[in-house]
Amino acid sequence: MEQLKTIGRELAMGSQGGFGQSKEFLELVKSIGEARSKAEEDRIVLREIETLKRRIVEPDIAKRKMKEYIIRLLYVEMLGHDASFGYIHAVKMTHDDNLLSKRTGYLAVTLFLNDDHDLIILIVNTIQKDLKSDNYLVVCAALNAVCRLINEETIPAVLPSVVDLLAHPKDAVRKKAVMALHRFHHKSPYSVSHLIDNFRRKLCDNDPGVMGATLCPLFDLIAVDPTSYKDLVVSFVSILKQVAEHRLPKSYDYHQMPAPFIQTDKESQIKLLKILAVLGSGDKQASEHMYTVIGEIIRKGDSSSNIGNAILYECICCVSSIYPNVKLLEAAADVIARFLKSDSHNLKYMGIDALGRLIKISPHVAEQHQLAVIDCLEDPDDTLKRKTFELLYKMTKSSNVEVIVDRMIDYMISISDDHYKTYIASRCVELAEQFAPSNHWFIQTMNKVFEHAGDLVNIKVAHNLMRLIGEGFGEDAAAADSQLRSSAVESYLHIIGEPKLPSMFLQVICWVLGEYGTADGKYSASYITGKLCDIAEAYSNDETVKAYAISALTKIYAFEIAAGRKVDMLPECQSFVEELLASHSTDLQQRAYELQALIGLDARAVETIMPQDASCEDIEVDKNLAFLHGYVQQSLERGALPYIPEDERTGMVNVSNFRSQDQHESAQHGLRFEAYEVPKPPIPSKVAPVSLSSSTDLVPVPETLYSRETHQISSVRSSSEAGSSELKLKLDGVQKKWGKPTYSSSTSSSTNSTSQNPVNGVTQMDVAAAVNSRVRDNYDTREPRVEISPEKQKLAASLFGGSTKTEKRSSTSNKVPRASVSAPDRSQESKAAVALNEVAREKTNQSSPPPDLLDLDESTVTVVPASVDPFKQLEGLLDTSISSTTNHNSSGESNAPDIMTLYAETSASRESGSDGYSIPVIGDNVNLLSELSIAAVRGTTGETTVTPLSQSVKGPNAKDSLQRDAKVRQMGVTPTSQNPNLFSDLLG
Amino acid sequence: MIKAVLVMNTQGKPRLSKFYEFQPVEKQQEAIRNVFSVLCSRPEHVSNFVDAESFFGPDSRLVYKHFATLYFVFIFDSSENELAILDLIQVMTLIGVIGYQLVSVLSVLEAVNFWLKTVFVETLDKCFRNVCELDIVFNYSKMHTILDEIILGGQVLETSSTEVMKAIDEISKCALFPIWFLTCRLEASSNAINLVPKSVSGWRSR
Repeated sequence: MEQLKTIGRELAMGSQGGFGQSKEFLELVKSIGEARSKAEEDRIVLREIETLKRRIVEPDIAKRKMKEYIIRLLYVEMLGHDASFGYIHAVKMTHDDNLLSKRTGYLAVTLFLNDDHDLIILIVNTIQKDLKSDNYLVVCAALNAVCRLINEETIPAVLPSVVDLLAHPKDAVRKKAVMALHRFHHKSPYSVSHLIDNFRRKLCDNDPGVMGATLCPLFDLIAVDPTSYKDLVVSFVSILKQVAEHRLPKSYDYHQMPAPFIQTDKESQIKLLKILAVLGSGDKQASEHMYTVIGEIIRKGDSSSNIGNAILYECICCVSSIYPNVKLLEAAADVIARFLKSDSHNLKYMGIDALGRLIKISPHVAEQHQLAVIDCLEDPDDTLKRKTFELLYKMTKSSNVEVIVDRMIDYMISISDDHYKTYIASRCVELAEQFAPSNHWFIQTMNKVFEHAGDLVNIKVAHNLMRLIGEGFGEDAAAADSQLRSSAVESYLHIIGEPKLPSMFLQVICWVLGEYGTADGKYSASYITGKLCDIAEAYSNDETVKAYAISALTKIYAFEIAAGRKVDMLPECQSFVEELLASHSTDLQQRAYELQALIGLDARAVETIMPQDASCEDIEVDKNLAFLHGYVQQSLERGALPYIPEDERTGMVNVSNFRSQDQHESAQHGLRFEAYEVPKPPIPSKVAPVSLSSSTDLVPVPETLYSRETHQISSVRSSSEAGSSELKLKLDGVQKKWGKPTYSSSTSSSTNSTSQNPVNGVTQMDVAAAVNSRVRDNYDTREPRVEISPEKQKLAASLFGGSTKTEKRSSTSNKVPRASVSAPDRSQESKAAVALNEVAREKTNQSSPPPDLLDLDESTVTVVPASVDPFKQLEGLLDTSISSTTNHNSSGESNAPDIMTLYAETSASRESGSDGYSIPVIGDNVNLLSELSIAAVRGTTGETTVTPLSQSVKGPNAKDSLQRDAKVRQMGVTPTSQNPNLFSDLLG
Repeated sequence: MIKAVLVMNTQGKPRLSKFYEFQPVEKQQEAIRNVFSVLCSRPEHVSNFVDAESFFGPDSRLVYKHFATLYFVFIFDSSENELAILDLIQVMTLIGVIGYQLVSVLSVLEAVNFWLKTVFVETLDKCFRNVCELDIVFNYSKMHTILDEIILGGQVLETSSTEVMKAIDEISKCALFPIWFLTCRLEASSNAINLVPKSVSGWRSR
């Protein structure tokens, strides 16, 4: 008895010693726990570090003591202090024979060291030895360390032992060995690529734990390459079945323990469902194997525990990922309903997430849960709210965009987390750009986003906004344009007063004020310039804003001069300009000088340099520099050498030039808006004479250093032949002017035109999407908001109500084609895409010049479908067609050739009935495309303007239209019946 | 995979931290601070999930559970299931508590009894009121051992508390006691386990 008591005490002590610590450590922990401030805590820890530093180097420390020191070091480091002086002792401890010391050592090194630390090399040997140990606990400890400490270079050193351990008698070891291999695969896939079969084999391990562990690496492998594991589908399904029915052997019914003890198989179920989701996605055959077992799991699903719900959730994910099955989708929807109705926020969260997944397959599911979703939106729980926004983002349509974006902005204003603010701001912008019901709304929304999330949004967004205001609705709606602009100006003048606006927003404001501030005559030039100077002054350390401001000033003065009014600069403007004249930034200086120069010119000249509302006009660049011919001729007569294009000089093939130029051009097409900031870049007609008359040292055309060098080299070469230094200088100047790619004999000019065509095809389509969404929205009237008293129901209706198609169709007449198009009808979509494609081909066939036809045709046609979302395109097409149609009708006979097209188009559409919307699209497409291409050219500014589209601008003639009509029919769209309603709507 | 496991108290002091991808000490501290600032601003009775992308990079999720004065936090990516991790926290804390109770073998019976109660009644919150948060720190290396049994290299290895307990037991046994005692202990524990059904029924009938 006495003995037993002693043993008991010893045991308690021992286990304290094993895991617990000495009194000292307890004191330390306590005092840190009671520390009032960070400073006090730091003091205590630093004192502790001092003690440890002293003690740890003492000779002959007892093992238990040493262990405790190491633990204390760990603790110190966890609190954020440097414990690197003790690392080596931890490493030493891994060599210890005592298991607990060894474990403590391994624990410490895994926490202390990165896998590329110098000390690792000292441990690898120990690990190797321990992996071969007879004591499986030692092996386990080593495997723990392996997972953390082995890096790419040391993998080969331990790999053989780890692979051997896959056959270890202890399941715990096998399990860990599998995990270690997985880790190796994670770190450097190729080092274990020959061992992947081992994972497959371990799937059949007779221990379910090992099997479960094997699922981890397999999941990773399958996620990367599902196709090579399709053969495992059947085995996975059968395993899942066994797991779900608790038919697995051994400890899972450990001593008949009930539910909470069978955890591991649940974990495996989750992993298995994840794997099946990957394997079954888009694979009907594989999916069919899974239906039964998933249905069974959902049916038997236990929703009382977390893990049970986790499995149900995974089932939904799986169902929404594999080839859809109606029954399973229904079952999944039921589970979601259960989740959403639950009181637990966790389950609501999972429900919202699952809903977001399911909605992709069956969009109607959301409608049943309107109120639940709105509850989540108003929940105090941030996480849930964000998840709900995610869901709303997925369900946004043009009918509910206003409500959703308003909600998002409200939320965005309320949070302070920059990361999420950026995220949700970009979401708002995306939705607004995609679905905006009106330009006015778009601008208001953008204003809000800029004001509150300002510098967090992408600069592109600001450029898009400027372009939208600049381009307006297109030629047809000048009144609406000016209204839009004045409302923008109005709102900006209002906003300017606010303190601390983000820089990007200010840039937009400056640009708009400069471009349109005085356009409607409501505000005087001095008022606007005063405001601009205020901005520049208030944000005087932001150079970009200042640049925008001075450019805006330049524009306003130019407009004033052009209008024949006398310009008197406000004193503050004067001083602002003077400040910039002496600025360190050459850019600002340049702008200021340009302003000064401009003011001195007369009205006619200014009008040419800075035409009003011309931000979207093309700047014609005469790439042949034809006006220089006379000068060149003169030089040649005087004995100068003719210019040889660089590629000929270097012996390169013409094709490469063609290609590089192509790339160059397309690189510039991604939203470049320099022309907006700069006061109109030097137009060649103005620049050229200047540089000719002045000497050669002024090179106003920006060129890369490289090209200049080559020119100089070439000119040196040519001059050595010519022998005249004076001539060399002159020629140099001319060549610089000439530029590498612009010099063209008749042959190279033809290359130019062919190369540019496809490029324009691209932009055309890029811009098309933007233009479309905008144009279409003019015709989208109101929002069918149902006025029901409870606010929530109202919100629900505005969020979900718009989705019923029939309702929409009947509401207003000109919405009809749009509603039908936005119906998610795949077949229509693809048909339309095909039609579009055909028409594009047709168009190029007709309009491109006969030679090189094949070339052109091919390139354009391949480009078109790639760069457009056909669905979006189609949506836009319809409304544009309406707009053009109605406009032509009203404007009447003034443009005769267009009328002809119109006639042809409408006759084609009238005859077509069976397929109401898709056929008018085809008919109108040509017209539209030409419109789009104009927009495209307008959109691209700067020096890259080409006019390959003249053919389409030229306008179609009657013959063309008839031909087109014939082709449309040929394409197999045979009109059968009439749809007078539709077209009376279309034509007013 | 699991990126990190953190235990901190309601004042934001770390009690246990384990990162499965190496992070320098400063980064660890920063992460702990960030997590705490988010957690302490969350109201009660909301979900246990937090969006962690802003401080753990894209595709990061955070699940936490609040017991008495402690937050248990798991950070992981989309290859794990939130609810399952929540369950795992439950398991971990459970084992932690039992581990604490088991400091003396003589109390093994009580512990098993206690354990069963906590499992079925799910009064972990209550039992953490008894188990002071400092106990976690006192058992610092034990907690790490438990964690190592549950998670290996960022992957969930074992979720069954029985299995984990068994492993922990064996580690401590092997390391400390002479063989004869080991067998004695084994007997004791097997006795204990045999007693379990009885105690369950006893508890139920109560």
